[in-house]
Amino acid sequence: MQIARVIGDVVTTMKDENLSGIKLLVLQPLDPDGNAAGRTLVAVDAVGAGVGETVFFVRGKEASFPFHPTEVPTDAGIVGIVDHWHVER
Amino acid sequence: MWESSIIGTWSVDGGSAGPPCRTEDGGLETELQLARVIGTVVATQKHKAFTGAKLLLVQPVGLDDAPRGTALLAVDSVGAGVHEKVLIVMEGRAAGEALGRKGAPVDAAIIGIVDSVDVQE
Repeated sequence: MQIARVIGDVVTTMKDENLSGIKLLVLQPLDPDGNAAGRTLVAVDAVGAGVGETVFFVRGKEASFPFHPTEVPTDAGIVGIVDHWHVER
Repeated sequence: MWESSIIGTWSVDGGSAGPPCRTEDGGLETELQLARVIGTVVATQKHKAFTGAKLLLVQPVGLDDAPRGTALLAVDSVGAGVHEKVLIVMEGRAAGEALGRKGAPVDAAIIGIVDSVDVQE
């Protein structure tokens, strides 16, 4: 998993039927210091996250597991909202 | 030539892991890797599969202890703590099994605490 900031949402009308009713959000992955790290991506939301929140997301087919038995065609999914994190080096 | 044939075999035989990811330095990410625990994460609202699980920030490291690639979030199944060197899996099925919950939406887990690494060239 990786920590990310939700920076936007995506609206699509024509889409795979298994994506119906699922929120799509734009994520900016963050490094441990909270700086933007890597490319932005779109992820499905399984926890009710919103724009401006810090979340963690999972990559790969596991992103569709929260919607089981619906087989949601996704490769990234938000699975938690981060309250805070602490780094010690 | 030899290297590309290895990579080809890996991606075909890699199973459910999907295509191999590349780290920042261009190397291939293996699924089982050494890492250093660098932080803790608190999340109240999360998927139910994470209930009671400890989430740790880990920085993959090489044999020389130098950071490799970007830090990631892993569930802890062995009671690891900050600053410890650990063994992590970066593949969904293995991570779910480490958590003890099938069908959990996880893609990385700490599966061991490293006592020592002995490299003989």
